[in-house]
Amino acid sequence: MAQLLQHLINGLAAGTIYALVALGYTMVYGVLKLINFAHGDVMMVGVYMGYATAFAIGREARGSFLGIAAVFAVAMLGCALFGFLIERFAYRPLREKPRLTALITAIGISFALSYGFQLDIGFLPGASPRAFPEIIEPTEWLIIGDRDVVVWNWQVISFLIAVGLMVGLQYLVFGTRFGRAMRAVSWDHRVAALMGIPTDRVIALTFMLSSGLAAGAGLLYAIKDTSVSPLMGLYVGLKAFVAAVIGGIGHVPGAVVGALVLGLVEEFVVGYAASTWRDAVAFGFLILVLLVKPGGLFGRVAAEKV
Amino acid sequence: MQSPALPVPEAPSLVPPALRGILPLLIAIPTLALFHWSLTGSDFATYLLSVVGVNIILAVSLNIVNGMTGQFSIGHAGFMAVGAYIAGYTSLQLKEVALSFLPVSASDQVLFMLALLVGGVAAALCGFLVGLPSLRLRGDYLAIVTLGFGEIIRVFVQNTDAFGRALGLSGIPQYSSPGMVYFWVFLVVLAARRLAGSSHGRSLWAIREDEVAAEAMGVDTTGYKVRAFVFSSFFAGIAGGLFAHFVPIINPGSFTFVRSMEIVVMVVLGGLGSTTGAVVAAIFLTLLPEGMRSLFGALGTEGSLAQRVDQIRMPIYGLLLVVLMLSRPQGLFGTKELWDVLPRWLPRKRRGLA
Amino acid sequence: MRRLAPMLLAALAVMAAACEKKTQPTPSGEAGTQAVQGQSGSAASGTPAAGSDTILLGQVGALTGGQATFGISTRNGIELALKEANAAGGVNGKKLAIRVYDNQSKPEEAAQAATRLITQDKVVLILGDVASSNSLAMAEKAQAAGVPMITPSSTNTTVTEKGDYIFRVCFIDPFQGFVMAKFAREDLKLSKVAVLQDNKSAYSIDLSGVFTRKFTEMGGKVVTTESYSQGDTDYRAQLTAIKKTQPDGIYVPGYYSEVGVIARQAREVGLKVPLMGGDGWDSEKLFELGGSAITGSYFSNHYSPDNPDPRVQKFIADYKAAYGAVPDALAALGYDAARVAVESLKRAKDLSGPSVRDAIAQTKDFPGVAGTVTLDDKRNAVKSAVVLKVGDGKTQYVTTISP
Repeated sequence: MAQLLQHLINGLAAGTIYALVALGYTMVYGVLKLINFAHGDVMMVGVYMGYATAFAIGREARGSFLGIAAVFAVAMLGCALFGFLIERFAYRPLREKPRLTALITAIGISFALSYGFQLDIGFLPGASPRAFPEIIEPTEWLIIGDRDVVVWNWQVISFLIAVGLMVGLQYLVFGTRFGRAMRAVSWDHRVAALMGIPTDRVIALTFMLSSGLAAGAGLLYAIKDTSVSPLMGLYVGLKAFVAAVIGGIGHVPGAVVGALVLGLVEEFVVGYAASTWRDAVAFGFLILVLLVKPGGLFGRVAAEKV
Repeated sequence: MQSPALPVPEAPSLVPPALRGILPLLIAIPTLALFHWSLTGSDFATYLLSVVGVNIILAVSLNIVNGMTGQFSIGHAGFMAVGAYIAGYTSLQLKEVALSFLPVSASDQVLFMLALLVGGVAAALCGFLVGLPSLRLRGDYLAIVTLGFGEIIRVFVQNTDAFGRALGLSGIPQYSSPGMVYFWVFLVVLAARRLAGSSHGRSLWAIREDEVAAEAMGVDTTGYKVRAFVFSSFFAGIAGGLFAHFVPIINPGSFTFVRSMEIVVMVVLGGLGSTTGAVVAAIFLTLLPEGMRSLFGALGTEGSLAQRVDQIRMPIYGLLLVVLMLSRPQGLFGTKELWDVLPRWLPRKRRGLA
Repeated sequence: MRRLAPMLLAALAVMAAACEKKTQPTPSGEAGTQAVQGQSGSAASGTPAAGSDTILLGQVGALTGGQATFGISTRNGIELALKEANAAGGVNGKKLAIRVYDNQSKPEEAAQAATRLITQDKVVLILGDVASSNSLAMAEKAQAAGVPMITPSSTNTTVTEKGDYIFRVCFIDPFQGFVMAKFAREDLKLSKVAVLQDNKSAYSIDLSGVFTRKFTEMGGKVVTTESYSQGDTDYRAQLTAIKKTQPDGIYVPGYYSEVGVIARQAREVGLKVPLMGGDGWDSEKLFELGGSAITGSYFSNHYSPDNPDPRVQKFIADYKAAYGAVPDALAALGYDAARVAVESLKRAKDLSGPSVRDAIAQTKDFPGVAGTVTLDDKRNAVKSAVVLKVGDGKTQYVTTISP
């Protein structure tokens, strides 16, 4: 029973982080109908920005509230800027071209980032994994039984930050004018432009938002798992993408549900069944879902109108 | 009033009609034999040319799906893996077997061919299993499913003792030779060209251009897509089988997502839809790192740069894709073939009225 | 006309590569005496031709990627050894040079690099690799061409089984697994151990298998075996499952890139028991990734920096001066492998394959920094292993276990 509870906590912790990244995928897909393969790698860049900041402000400062805020702020804003640049120079010129072109570009950027960061020339960190500096002093907040179940402070803080970001996003998309503009563009961007919505700006801001969120998620991931490496973007990005597809790509709450489900399924399969099949779990689950519900759990297979 | 049928002047051809279909094969076999003989004894050239040949087969076969049919498959290495392991395993089992009515070396080659075909068919079967559910859906899903398939294959192999798990499968008899590799290169290029020029191929082009319109015109898009996918997976499996027979040991590390991406880059660089482009790009991108290594080695800076060639190669591929898409999305050859590009002063066959 | 440029480029690339494709027959066994043009430091294999005064060795290693420190350490160790040998006069008056290729941890690249070293660069001897899969690929090529090969640190049994030209200067995995099993049982007095292996690494799986067998033979019990994949960062699921079995210790025969984080997460889920491992732990990065969580854990290794032997200390001092870090076991083994090679080249009748091979096979009681090297009839080194304890930023020597 205790083991079950611990697995539940682990699964939820992983799931919330996947959810933040999956939200980014889904938002961009909704607005651009593009699967941004580079999303995970943009997250990785954000994590390294946070890493550099944490080192720059020094050991004393980084443990404080201001320090943590600074690390998050720099990473998220830096990443948002990075996302803006990618959209502006790589995706915008291709907006009217066939989808395949943009997909290939996205993969190209993903590849360039994850392998570029493995070089150790200049500011590029190199392939070896590094330990993300401790920015939250770990203390146990809840212990059940004889350490049967342990809940740490940073797990709770992480969860709260993730939930906070999700709630914020929900409010943004459904409660503000900008959100309405986003939804309009995702519905039909030509008509939205005719209605006076500055589509280019909306798309750019959506990108910035999704990249910023990704950076936040990446930092939470780095706090959770300590190890950061240039390939982390590919791993996490892929799982999050699978989660978004499971939930129904383009569907915001679906992405969250898909991510939580994936996190839990992964945890339980590895914990109770064979851990040797860990990597195949995510994809196996995806194929299963796609076979049964082709549009994902919440998505609708929309008929293509010509 | 009906106009009488005008006689269409047939372009003069030296080849008697009976031989026209088989002509390429008749030319190829002696050429290959000569090629094979001239390379015996030069180990490095043999190895390198084999690698080039395998990459050509992979690129041309992927071009059928990504180029001619306009889909987005990024898991080609997974089918290569299936072919490699199944063919390798078959060869391993048949290592001691020889056909009594043939000399040993000939018998080895026959069994090698058999192993290759088994690998190819296994890969084609996997192509069917992967393609059928995912090609029913929107194109974007194929990408993720093919990616996932590669991963699943890797995990499967890692957990199977018969395939050597993580260490890899070694001891596969090294039957491969440049002659055999280029025989299959020739076959895949021939098949791709014939496909592109046929009515079957025309349906594939139609699907690439506008899937909805094609469906409206009565093309069974799912059927054609799956067929193209199976066809391409077969050749990927063959490539994998050949690979297993000149590399001393195969392990999951040789068939990763990175490998799939390398092939995608070749196809995109060559031009999505151009068989010639795929061939040229495959040759170029396979030989380029070797060339750079020689270059850096000769310049004496071998210390760090020659060693870094492979490391730098990967991000450059990524950037290359981006730059290509932004500036010249049709790649080197677009959808044209070699003949369309050669200068006009070479005599061309002309049909129809002068 | 626009197409001309890309076609020219393609043709140039083909020609650039074609420059190497000289169809010189490579005889197996005896090496040819032709020098290769255009390559700096060209070597003459076989009977030394007049005018060539450099002996070329080759190394293939994984210099990039997640375990890059292994390949780089090995290369540094080899370089240091060759520098010392050259300073001491080289081999019979000739200087030694080395050509290094990266194989990106892919066996087909390793085989290609080995073929290149053998047929294009015409090296006398090949050194490498760390990962056994790559060494196997190289060994096949070296054996077929009759070029001797010494691997500094591939521990998988099958590598030297490829043929009589293949040697190693380290111990093999069956021994290493036994070492930790013995230490766990007799020194740490553990009775219940869980195993957490890296499913993507043959090395890890082999060690885990041997450990399980030996530990059970000695009366202990392996309560569970869990797996992870190299590159994973979240091991909590497996560790939680392990916690349920309440082991006294966990054997984690993986690489430093994962072990550090595994230790942290083990402590996090409440496992306070010591961790144990193999030489894959040996890297300065282990301390960074493991932090205080890994302090107090043990691993088997080829050498210890604490060894008071003056030879070892001198090596450590020289290495620190040259590369700015304390050498790890791979650097030490690279150093030893290169020195064994140099000694054999000195002893050999001439520089042909069979002569060098015979000279290496006679290596007995060679004083290496990672132990005394004596090659047995299977061409493996009969050596002891040391057990190290992870301290605060450095390792502490605990004990030596002999075969």
